[in-house]
Amino acid sequence: MKLLVANGYVIDPSQGLNAGRDVLIEDGRIKAVLDKGEPKPKDAELFDATGLMVAPGFIDMHVHLRQPGQEYKETIATGAAAAVAGGWASICAMPNTDPVNDSPAVTRFIVEEGLRAQLANVFPIGALTKASNGKELAEMGELKNAGVVAVSDDGRPVPTAGMMRRAMEYARGFDLTVVDHCQNPSLSAGGVMHEGRWSLILGLRGTPAAAEEVDAIRDCVLAGLTRAKVHLAHVSTQGALDAVRRAKEKGLPVTCEIAPHHWTLTDEAVADYDTNTKMNPPLRSFEHVSALLEGLRDGTIDAIATDHAPHHADEKALEFDQAPFGITGLETAVGLAFELVHQGVISLERLVELCSTNPARTFSLEDRGTLRPNAWADMTILDPEFQWTFDVARSKSKSRNTPFDGRSFKGAAVATIVAGRVVYLHPDFARIKDSKLSQLAAGG
Amino acid sequence: MPSTFNRRHLLAIRDLSAGEIIHLLDTAETFRDVSRREIKKVPALRGRTVINLFFEPSTRTRTSFEIAAKRLSADAVNISVSTSSVSKGETLLDTARNLEAMAPDCIVIRHSMAGAPHRLASMCNAPIVNAGDGSHEHPTQALLDALTIREHKGGIEGLNVAIIGDILHSRVARSNIHLLTKLGASVRIAGPGTLVPDEFAELVEQGLRVEQRIEDAIAGADVVMILRIQRERQDAAFFPSMREYAVHYGLHPKHLDLAAPDAIVMHPGPINRGIEISSEIADGSRSLILDQVTNGVAVRMAVLYLLDRGNRRTPEEANAQPPKNGKRGRKVSKA
Repeated sequence: MKLLVANGYVIDPSQGLNAGRDVLIEDGRIKAVLDKGEPKPKDAELFDATGLMVAPGFIDMHVHLRQPGQEYKETIATGAAAAVAGGWASICAMPNTDPVNDSPAVTRFIVEEGLRAQLANVFPIGALTKASNGKELAEMGELKNAGVVAVSDDGRPVPTAGMMRRAMEYARGFDLTVVDHCQNPSLSAGGVMHEGRWSLILGLRGTPAAAEEVDAIRDCVLAGLTRAKVHLAHVSTQGALDAVRRAKEKGLPVTCEIAPHHWTLTDEAVADYDTNTKMNPPLRSFEHVSALLEGLRDGTIDAIATDHAPHHADEKALEFDQAPFGITGLETAVGLAFELVHQGVISLERLVELCSTNPARTFSLEDRGTLRPNAWADMTILDPEFQWTFDVARSKSKSRNTPFDGRSFKGAAVATIVAGRVVYLHPDFARIKDSKLSQLAAGG
Repeated sequence: MPSTFNRRHLLAIRDLSAGEIIHLLDTAETFRDVSRREIKKVPALRGRTVINLFFEPSTRTRTSFEIAAKRLSADAVNISVSTSSVSKGETLLDTARNLEAMAPDCIVIRHSMAGAPHRLASMCNAPIVNAGDGSHEHPTQALLDALTIREHKGGIEGLNVAIIGDILHSRVARSNIHLLTKLGASVRIAGPGTLVPDEFAELVEQGLRVEQRIEDAIAGADVVMILRIQRERQDAAFFPSMREYAVHYGLHPKHLDLAAPDAIVMHPGPINRGIEISSEIADGSRSLILDQVTNGVAVRMAVLYLLDRGNRRTPEEANAQPPKNGKRGRKVSKA
């Protein structure tokens, strides 16, 4: 089985490639990246990417797929369908399912359901502590053998520094990255939005930026102590970002990710008590958002991850205080990332680095996030010019909790390839291709 | 400034313009007379149904809304939704749908969670009146406070108002800060540092100052508003003890010596005697606590009346003055 992704513009930061190239795929892996002049193989099926960008498959390091246990919100299959429709070839599933993914049986179940869906690669993240209760270490070695790519107690922050230290020390032995949702529970208790002017106006209990920063600083200090690979999930404050910046300057193995809503919206979006603006960490104030944009620009932020958190409409119809935290994000993240490109915050190459190269590196995903020969043939095909409007009614996710319904975008993932198989093609793909070809004919 | 009030709902003072607030207060003045007559009833809302939907226990506000509706000849129905039935699983959405099916003309909602009236407004056709939502706002309380101040001070512009106590959790404080600053008063707030964050200064564009000591807030004040302190705040470690609170943040006669000579004292009730306010002051000549209660009915009549007109008539009709029931009270349309 051969597939030639031809005539596209290849952006692959893993090998400093930024040029018009054809990519030849054989048996699910990259065979070669061909120069313009090289002869095209005759026996390969053709995928014409004229006028489009070809990137190594995007990897979302942070999603909640709700299966097992909360299938009414999402399943691995529906989550994977939303992922590939949003340009993500791989998704990493957080362990806060029911039961928690703290055992090889749950891990294997998630892997198998992912394979059965035949859409995105589904990589489980295992629990850091048993039942994510913050008290006893989870069996990380067994989890790794079953297929986890990292360990985390996401959503249930590790309460004590002592426990986190042990977890880091132990995870290091299996070369597992420790992912932490930084949130000091004694500071965040009861908070439902960012603490600041808007929480005071709205009379809602705030979570101070300090709640995230205290734990981010703790984790960076512990990374120095243990030398474990530490990855801070959805960094949302200036102070947390500064902690990462300083850790990196010291050469510590600390990385971090950002969720698109945190650079796109501020806490002012909560003004109408729309529960689709309630997430954890919360939407922050303008000063924090400015700092996050700087972190995207200067390279402190390593990855873009959605924190896709589907919830049923009934749950989000509750009072703001009662509604669960989280929004869906798989289908809007790339559109929001293109806003950064068009605003001049980041380059296209940096976008690929944030969505593919760095996530693969951070979780040590061998042969992913690159188009080097013999890597898995995962690709995200992008059209930076395509204009579209997100209609949540057509979302592939089982849930509808997004603040971005009706938002217009310029730039989208128009096809997703996983292991050499086209798993997603934009419904308007033929029209997009025709317009690219006619632009080309007009010399545009 | 156009003197109209044409809104679908009354959710927050923050949404209103100074003109809208003045129009509400002027309308309330005319309704104050109704309560002074032998037959305390006008037919303005005959055949309308007003539902008082209270998710939080309240005697004063609920009774005030009920009397206001009845004096306008509306049928008032009180629904107390105990927290237990909420925990049984009926959601706000289901409650809203059930009420809608009964075709109310207005829903007055009191809820322990901020934003619940906004949620209800997005689910219902009927006009919604916020009768207090969590720590967010209590618009009719601020309106009745303003009516009371206007009655005694002739206007609001240029006044110095001190608000003392648990500002952080107070919907009364928020609504009053918005209303008073919109009408040109200077507001100073003070209380324990745990309950009066510095960020409050950014709540409004201008006219608000956060003071560290209550003496600084009260100095020269024309109006001193005292907020009710709740015991659960002590349990949550916002301050060490009620005794300490009473000594350091309670209002005592010595404080009033710092205020303007004709300063008035207000409290949204119910009061904790000897805690946030000494009995001497609460029962003294400067205290307007009972005037506030009286004005509450007039303000709520005005709100129900204007929302009903605004939601039923053309804008021109809605802008028209309410029927002249006897002569209007004191002529006060200045702020």
